Amino acid sequence: MTLKLPKITVWRVIFAVILLSGLYATYLRIMYGLGGATNLTDKFPWGLWIGFDVLCGVGLAAGGFTLVAIVHIFNIERYKPILRPAILTAFLGYSLVVVALLYDLGRPDRIWHPLIMWNPHSVMFEVAWCVTLYTTVLFLEFIPVVFEKFGLHKPLEWIHNISVPLMIAGVLLSTLHQSSLGSLYLIVPEKLYPLWYSPLLPLLFYISAIAVGLSMTIFESWHSSRAFGRALELSLLASMARVLAVLMSAYLWLRFLDMARRGVFGLLLLNRTETWLFALEIALMVVPTLLLYQRKVRMNPGALYACVVMILFGFIANRLNVAVTGMEAGSGAHYIPRWTEVAVTLSIVGAGFAIFRVVAEYFPIFEAHPNEQAPEKIAQTEAAPVAMA
Amino acid sequence: MSRAILYDSTLCIGCKACEGGCAERWGLPYDDKIAAEERLSAHKLTTIETHGERFSRRLCMHCAEPTCASVCPVGALQKTSLGPVVYDAEKCMGCRYCMQACPFQVPTYEWNKRLPKMRKCDMCYERQSQGKQTACAEVCPTGATKNGDRDQLLAEARQRIAEKPGQYYGKIYGVKEVGGTSVFFLSAVPFDQIGLRTNVPQEGLPDLTWRVLDLTPDIVSTGSILLGGIWWITNRRGEVAKKEGPRK
Repeated sequence: MTLKLPKITVWRVIFAVILLSGLYATYLRIMYGLGGATNLTDKFPWGLWIGFDVLCGVGLAAGGFTLVAIVHIFNIERYKPILRPAILTAFLGYSLVVVALLYDLGRPDRIWHPLIMWNPHSVMFEVAWCVTLYTTVLFLEFIPVVFEKFGLHKPLEWIHNISVPLMIAGVLLSTLHQSSLGSLYLIVPEKLYPLWYSPLLPLLFYISAIAVGLSMTIFESWHSSRAFGRALELSLLASMARVLAVLMSAYLWLRFLDMARRGVFGLLLLNRTETWLFALEIALMVVPTLLLYQRKVRMNPGALYACVVMILFGFIANRLNVAVTGMEAGSGAHYIPRWTEVAVTLSIVGAGFAIFRVVAEYFPIFEAHPNEQAPEKIAQTEAAPVAMA
Repeated sequence: MSRAILYDSTLCIGCKACEGGCAERWGLPYDDKIAAEERLSAHKLTTIETHGERFSRRLCMHCAEPTCASVCPVGALQKTSLGPVVYDAEKCMGCRYCMQACPFQVPTYEWNKRLPKMRKCDMCYERQSQGKQTACAEVCPTGATKNGDRDQLLAEARQRIAEKPGQYYGKIYGVKEVGGTSVFFLSAVPFDQIGLRTNVPQEGLPDLTWRVLDLTPDIVSTGSILLGGIWWITNRRGEVAKKEGPRK
């Protein structure tokens, strides 16, 4: 038997470099503490790991609960082919958020403390509980895939029996903590720049999370169709893009109304970093939203993909603006992440992509996967109460 | 009875005895180099700031409704009935939300330790529990820092302003700021000129998040009914459709 070495490609080399630098950064984090691995200071205690890994990570994983709600609660079954990849993304996303937290917490060995030491007045306490419970829910929503792969029918049945309350709990938990990530910033009215501070932060975070959840689902369908050489569910994605356009329009209109009510448009005349990064964020959301109203954009895989990527970047810009840009002036601090912070973040993202790929290759994630062709088999095994009827 | 600290900037001569007293009480190193650092840090829990020819002091304000205690997910920070806001390092998991949320940017972190904790002034909770003065007040040679009963100190501050209105900016910092604090400042000039934050809200901050968190049970219960109901309706529709056979 000959051992086959993996082919060396540019992407694999980049991936290896990122992982190695991430490993070295991990060593620095463990040996020299947060001070040795980050540019965080007393005046600027939350940086890239909270702004990107946690705020963006949780948001980008919102496709899980959005698709579960669409397929199983609203019972719109034609979206089923893209449900599993969305659940897998969410499960991986949340697991990686927990990994990121292990880097960011000063005492990662005490990450479990909020579960037994309560303070219901803390938004962070609520987030901790919701993320713990929701990651468990996602695990249970994902595990049927594993049972299916190994033909374990008994446990499949057990999971199926609790699937409806499980899914409802998942949607509720997501609603709570997606909005709570915005609520985290309600407590800093004098620090967060007025272009972003709003009493509506929880609502704005929630709506944008749903929108970005849909975007991520389109994004990963596009990529997996290339990676696994399967047909793109274009009509499905196009109809999702319609929902996305409407949702983004409502979100942007709400932000406009909110800013008008708070009378902060004058700030846009100031030549400040905040103004330009705000403009970038809004442009990355407005342009794709307008484009998605056109049928030829929605039905063109390349154009649809470009729009979705713009929305993803607009979302990331928004979260980073809240967490970093908007907090600098009010905190009297300037923050640029250190290379170690970037290396850890990129490693986590890279690991996410790699694990997704491996899981999708070995487990029945995409319905068109050669392992399971018969539709009646899918109907029986998936945790879908409707399909069981 | 609630305890407090009154700092009168007009009496302060900038000798930094309070810094030394504080470092000694915490067992922290203190030398000329540290004395020259005019900012709070994990090894300097109070500091004298120089603003031209005037001085100011920074220390935990021990708010009546502490933002830090409200945001701490594990309840490591507590407002005691004695007045000080105290910290239990054994509970702390290092999320640093207290630092992010504190309107006075008081909490600091042991950034370079492998097992770090947050650090801040605790208004000498133990000493005061035993009826002793805070370390800073005890060593202050001019009476610029005074430790005592909150109501009495407030009355005294008002009296000082009333007796020498020309010498004081006519307000007491800490009465209205974030809903009241247990550290009061007197100054000859407006407070922003001695480095105090004047843009802080005039009511307690914890309400801002509690207003939303308080809705959690309502969202969960209403959401359960709605989602469960929608599922029941759409599922029923599916059953009927299946029974009647495929529709064209």
